[in-house]
Amino acid sequence: MATDKVQGFPTRETRDLATATEATRPGVLLTPPVDIFEDANAITVLADMPGVESAHLKIDLHDGVLTITGHTTDREGSNEVPVAREYPAGTFQRSFTLSEAIDQEQIQATLKHGVLRLRLPKVERAKPRQITIQTG
Amino acid sequence: MIVRQLSPWGPGWSMAPATVAQMRRDMASLMERLSGSTSDESIAGVFPPMNVSEDRDRYYLRALVPGVDAAQLNVSVVHQTIAVSGTRQSAEEPGVSYHRKERAEGAFSRSVTLPGAFDGARVEATYVDGVLTLTLPKPEAAKPRRVTVQTA
Repeated sequence: MATDKVQGFPTRETRDLATATEATRPGVLLTPPVDIFEDANAITVLADMPGVESAHLKIDLHDGVLTITGHTTDREGSNEVPVAREYPAGTFQRSFTLSEAIDQEQIQATLKHGVLRLRLPKVERAKPRQITIQTG
Repeated sequence: MIVRQLSPWGPGWSMAPATVAQMRRDMASLMERLSGSTSDESIAGVFPPMNVSEDRDRYYLRALVPGVDAAQLNVSVVHQTIAVSGTRQSAEEPGVSYHRKERAEGAFSRSVTLPGAFDGARVEATYVDGVLTLTLPKPEAAKPRRVTVQTA
């Protein structure tokens, strides 16, 4: 289990060993569920971050670690009294270790309907290439 | 879990404390991985999670439904019950290989009954940043009204 790695994205063990990132502001720290898939050109990450406006979304790339952070604003007015609460307002955060096969300058991010879509293109040399075989 | 270790002092079993600690950590992380702790499932365990609040004039219902096309979202109200249903399209594209798939997709349907009445004809709904917000005005009769007490 300790050596279980998927394309450089860390498992729980390596995240625990890495420098713990704690929230500096009080509030709930939420982990957004993600879908990660890849094709020949890029790795795509989809993260559910409902309630996060693009102004409150931060994507940080440092030392090969990609961190997505999104603050949700408490949308309730000051007069409102809660009747039922199933989810807290808080901060979404998740970190990923990128392998060197990602072209970090070409990372694209879009936020639509509360879903963050990150496109991490692979560098040229990491793309699969067909090698034609010359005969004769 | 008990590990049999052949100790040089003869048959029997002994467990080094470091081994036990490591096994406990491995077990805990395995259980966490299986239970899907990386997802922010609401306490209610249903989708979508909702917060309901009220002020003097209105009820407010907020549901977290990220990644849904507004055309696929259905909201209907009857009496004191609100029904929210829809379909979250699969973002699956052909020819890709998945590393992780934590986001739920497919059809969802949920209805909640509010503790008080609201005016069904004046309900408003907005869908911004993946949050569906319903504003449900209370009818006049349901608003608290002060009653002056006459003294004889």
